[in-house]
Amino acid sequence: MRELKILAIVVFFTGLLYWGVEPFAHTKLHPHVPAPDYTFKDVDGLNGLTGDATKGAESVASNCTACHSITAVGFPPVMDDVTSAASYGVVPPDLSTSGKIYNADYLAAFIKDPAKAAKTAHKFEDGAAHPMPAYNWMEPQEIANIVAYLQSIAPKEMTNKEVYVDACQRCHSIKYGDFYGGSMAAQTPDENIKSYMGVIPPDLSQMIRSRSEGFLHEFINDPQKHLHGTAMPRVGLTEESEDQVVNYLTEVGDSKKAEREALAGPFLGYLVIFAIFALLWKMKIWRQVH
Amino acid sequence: MAEIKESFFSADGLEKRLAGKKFWKTMMTEYWIPKDINFLWAMGVVLATTFAILIVSGIFLLMYYKPDTALAFDSVNYTIMQEVAYGWLFRHMHGVAASVIFLIIYIHMFTGIYYGSYKKGREMIWLSGMLLFVTFSAEGFSGYMLPWGQMSYWAAAVITNLFAGGSLEAWGLVEWIRGGFAVNDATLTRFFMLHVFLLPLVIIKLIVVHFYTLRIPHVNNQSSEDIDYDAEAEKYLAGNKKESKVIPFWPVFLSKDFAVLGIFLIFYFYLVFFNYNFAMDPVNFDPANSMKTPAHIYPEWYFLWSYETLRGPFFDMFGLKAGDIGLMIFGFAQAAFLIIPFIDRDPDILPAHKRPRFFIWFWIMIIDLLVLTVYGKLPPTGANAWVGFYATAVFLLLFASMPFVTKADAKARGAL
Repeated sequence: MRELKILAIVVFFTGLLYWGVEPFAHTKLHPHVPAPDYTFKDVDGLNGLTGDATKGAESVASNCTACHSITAVGFPPVMDDVTSAASYGVVPPDLSTSGKIYNADYLAAFIKDPAKAAKTAHKFEDGAAHPMPAYNWMEPQEIANIVAYLQSIAPKEMTNKEVYVDACQRCHSIKYGDFYGGSMAAQTPDENIKSYMGVIPPDLSQMIRSRSEGFLHEFINDPQKHLHGTAMPRVGLTEESEDQVVNYLTEVGDSKKAEREALAGPFLGYLVIFAIFALLWKMKIWRQVH
Repeated sequence: MAEIKESFFSADGLEKRLAGKKFWKTMMTEYWIPKDINFLWAMGVVLATTFAILIVSGIFLLMYYKPDTALAFDSVNYTIMQEVAYGWLFRHMHGVAASVIFLIIYIHMFTGIYYGSYKKGREMIWLSGMLLFVTFSAEGFSGYMLPWGQMSYWAAAVITNLFAGGSLEAWGLVEWIRGGFAVNDATLTRFFMLHVFLLPLVIIKLIVVHFYTLRIPHVNNQSSEDIDYDAEAEKYLAGNKKESKVIPFWPVFLSKDFAVLGIFLIFYFYLVFFNYNFAMDPVNFDPANSMKTPAHIYPEWYFLWSYETLRGPFFDMFGLKAGDIGLMIFGFAQAAFLIIPFIDRDPDILPAHKRPRFFIWFWIMIIDLLVLTVYGKLPPTGANAWVGFYATAVFLLLFASMPFVTKADAKARGAL
């Protein structure tokens, strides 16, 4: 009985210590932010308009393909990554999958005013211009048509890695994605991205370990919430695409997660059996002395 | 030396040469431990086991770790964590054991303080134990640098910078420790050497000394009763096992230790598999970057209380700079518990619940250390700074008051 009382005291103080330095301290170190909003309520998006994909195709051909490739429908990149990064500051995205990975309202709002939708207007206050011009002169219906077209050509299914490549890799390297081959380096060369963003965006190899999954969702959905003033744009990923990005970060940064979770059961099971036998043996031995 | 005629290649001959049976008797079956103990007495064996886990997992990590600022981070987080078979398991075991061993050290230490196991013949046990604590702290600190993450770098920068405080600056101590003006490759390689060679060697030696020091005065017991070991051992050997107040180390004492160990290992491996972030700070999974200071720099949880005594005095006092006062208190905190046997003025060995004033002293100490630990992690701003200030003051007052508190208890009991 006395042993249990002592154990209760030890457990209580250990628990208090743990609570103090982990959950409690973390609420003080990392202030709570509102949950991610995957509907992008704040943007000036489609406002209920339905687009016509066929008309959208024409608008895209005359407005977008001068800079953007759309490999899915036969518009290859006009320049290689190094040259286009030097020309635009950052490699422009291929639009083949935009209709799938980005929220439709966000996409419409981005076409209208990229800096505003991406919440990076603070970067372009001193006369610098966003690499993509605003299409706020365009009729809302035409923008809706463009969005409808992009949705019509987008694939129905994408792998986690494909979503990551299209959503993140223009700026971010993820070295552990191809440690020896180097194919997962950022598409935009360091010098260009540094002058565009102010810093070289961090390598994402270990983000899943250095940030919690919850933090990553909050941050990707709206970087300004956790890092006010950051140069990272809000990219407008749908909830599904964002999950796929985080899953890719897990596959790369915590590749042994499944093995860890599978090994835990047998390991702890063995120890429980060991503890039971140890306890029984102890009782047997101590019966002789008590 | 008596000439041994039995063949070297016979069991008898080997026994003649090594006296294994006598050794086993001395170390195990006739090494006497008091019977009146609880599970807290198993912490020594739990510590020894955790240390063994650290050595074994450390050896595996050492096969792939690269002590070079350009390679260290990837060798840990890619090679060991993702490529090597079960490398992640050894790293998690190593990181979590390094943290948990301090929890057990603190439990072990405060068990000693509670039951008065540091005094009147047991001073050497206490001193060797405290030296182990200090060496383990150095081992923990040097190991934390090796993954070369953001916390590795910045904790190293902040802590080595302590040696630039006050007049130490003039001696160039910090540059001597770092091997340069900033934390750099030379710092990493020397801390690597300390972590995998010199400090483990010292720890192993100190463990032997620690075991040796408790052989003569024997382990204390729950009621701190003075036991006549020869008489009680005789009783036990005569078969009066139930009456005897002692038990042999093997198998009786160790059987209890194994039971406690079994439960401890479940807890430990649960942490290894499911809850490791407290021991492997997420911030340290960002590669070291000397150009980018993390938003919050804090040491591992087991250093937080002493770190907070460093930050406690945040304003100038008595004509001294806040930083210098902090450094002095921090220096004292490292060695504070070493002096406990010499400031306890109570001539009797008794558990704290039989020393009413010391009992209160003990629990205030526990709570104060908890407060220091938690606030050591929080940013030292606003009210936090004042909590840290007062908790540091209480810490100092506790040590200043210990001689009087313990003497008052002795007087009330009529022992003085």
